[in-house]
Amino acid sequence: MLPKTFSDTLDIRITDTSLRDGSHHKRHQFTADEVRAIVAALDGAGVPVIEVTHGDGLGGSSFNYGFSRTPEQELITIAAETARQAKIAVLMLPGVGVKEDIAIARDNGASVCRIATHCTEADVAVQHFGLARDLGLETVGFLMMAHSQPPEVLAKQARIMVDAGCQCVYVVDSAGALVLEQVGERVEAIAAELGDDAQIGFHGHENLDVAVANSIIAARAGAVQIDGSTRRFGAGAGNTPVEALVGVCDKLGIRTGVDFFRIVDAAEDVVRPAMPEECRLDRLALMMGYAGVYSSFLKHAYHQAERYGVSGAEILIRAGARKLVGGQEDQLIDIALELRREAAASA
Amino acid sequence: MSKRVSAAIVGSGNIGTDLLYKLLRSEFVEPRWMVGIDPASEGLARAAKLGLETTADGVDWLLARDDRPDLVFEATSASVHRANAPCYAEAGIRAVDLTPAAVGPYVVPPVNLGEHLDAPNVNLITCGGQATIPMVHAVSRVVPVPYAEIVASVASVSAGPGTRANIDEFTKTTGRGIEVIGGAEHGKAIIILNPAEPPMIMRDTIFCAVPADADTDAVADSVHRMVADIAGYVPGYRLLADPQFDPPSETSGGLARVSIFVEVEGAGDFLPPYSGNLDIMTAAATKVGEEIARTLATATATV
Repeated sequence: MLPKTFSDTLDIRITDTSLRDGSHHKRHQFTADEVRAIVAALDGAGVPVIEVTHGDGLGGSSFNYGFSRTPEQELITIAAETARQAKIAVLMLPGVGVKEDIAIARDNGASVCRIATHCTEADVAVQHFGLARDLGLETVGFLMMAHSQPPEVLAKQARIMVDAGCQCVYVVDSAGALVLEQVGERVEAIAAELGDDAQIGFHGHENLDVAVANSIIAARAGAVQIDGSTRRFGAGAGNTPVEALVGVCDKLGIRTGVDFFRIVDAAEDVVRPAMPEECRLDRLALMMGYAGVYSSFLKHAYHQAERYGVSGAEILIRAGARKLVGGQEDQLIDIALELRREAAASA
Repeated sequence: MSKRVSAAIVGSGNIGTDLLYKLLRSEFVEPRWMVGIDPASEGLARAAKLGLETTADGVDWLLARDDRPDLVFEATSASVHRANAPCYAEAGIRAVDLTPAAVGPYVVPPVNLGEHLDAPNVNLITCGGQATIPMVHAVSRVVPVPYAEIVASVASVSAGPGTRANIDEFTKTTGRGIEVIGGAEHGKAIIILNPAEPPMIMRDTIFCAVPADADTDAVADSVHRMVADIAGYVPGYRLLADPQFDPPSETSGGLARVSIFVEVEGAGDFLPPYSGNLDIMTAAATKVGEEIARTLATATATV
């Protein structure tokens, strides 16, 4: 039924990113105990890959993105010690983290290295893919904000990553702005470019409430790795809910290797208690999906709106108009200041 | 007008060409040679048209001449400069290095240029460093700065292949410059490439940890004075807002901070105005070259 499968035993391989994308929702305040409990629960449910890193990747702990409460390398170590079957993945963004961070994460037990660039800038990751492969890590490439470029551009960027050593290129819907066929077209274009040279993945967000459906369309177009976060624990309105994705896959006969009942229990009993609140499809989250804004801007927009007495929705709309890309959280402060100046001038 | 010191520009790409336009206006430096390696280089053709002697035979041609330059500006790559630097030193040619090679000491004109006017080789760190390290220094000359972090947002089209192939070199070198020249105990640099069309003008944000009871007026005043100093040689350098002060919070690592937002619009000499990142490098190189030229001229006059 699917054009490609991940392996003989799995049709798609799910990577849970609660402990990385969820770091945004948690404002990077994970404790060691929370990480230990969540990894144990996800691992027990059969989740094959669990990503653990600061929300903005290795080295993301900063004024710009928020400092980690617990050093990420400590959390990676704990995750690797706790997991019995799951692989531990880390994310890194060239320009934020550096090669040394990848080597340390490997020493701490990570075995999958996911390297993310804006979807037109793949060439900045060439040396990082090379290093990750040299270290014996499995590699994944993230083409972020994939809604912002047409399929043929993504295909060319995917080729750059694969030539550098990337084993699976993800269509990353950072803004939760892609809808149904728009996902399928992008996966198909990359599949046509890559053939059997590398796998394809999809990373969705819930900002327009279609992440599960988008993930199924991605799989039907040839993606064999799919991201999600249990209980949607992620940036913006959250990520593709793993427990729902597993249920849907069960009904469609797509093998994920994850036990539906155990992941539902993990979501309710372990993951939810670690979340500051549910990931909600509220006004700002919808704005992000509609305007195509990077999901991790959400908490920062709320914060700057409160700090400067301006509208959070306006901040996000302007972030979309300025075509900000992932990592430019600092510019949200500038936008808030601009909105305040404009309000003062018209008062 | 006193006699200008003679200079060669090594590297005939975008940076070398933009630098040429700036040096042609200089009272102190006379660009006479441009050195490239590609006979088809548009930069060499342009320089020849502007009256420079040019070659596609690399630095060997320059070093073999009887009339050698007093000053060379290296606008190639780190590895090329590492190879060339000993040759310049041996020939007694002073070098201003625009690559990340860092053979000589780091120089940021408004902070420490005076300290290295007699160094045989000086390095300009990175474009992000030139745009942000003076701001870190402006804060650290008033209050202790245990940590400083900068975020440089650059238009994709103005990030060349060298930066792209070794982006870690940018973040690490800039981070070190924030410490060594900026005066922060720990430094971190982040760079973001943005492909928006029309291209965005370079923007930099500088975050400095400051004591919770810092004299905010004194810090802000120091920042404004530094901006004026930089604007003296980079006319398109400007603050986007007054420095912003925030108390410690959950996500600030318990640190109070000041945030400084700047924009660097290029002069449009050769490169388009959005590429302020490249303009600030060629402007800094011109400034450094002129100061070195003035000391050389004085030294010659007193002999």
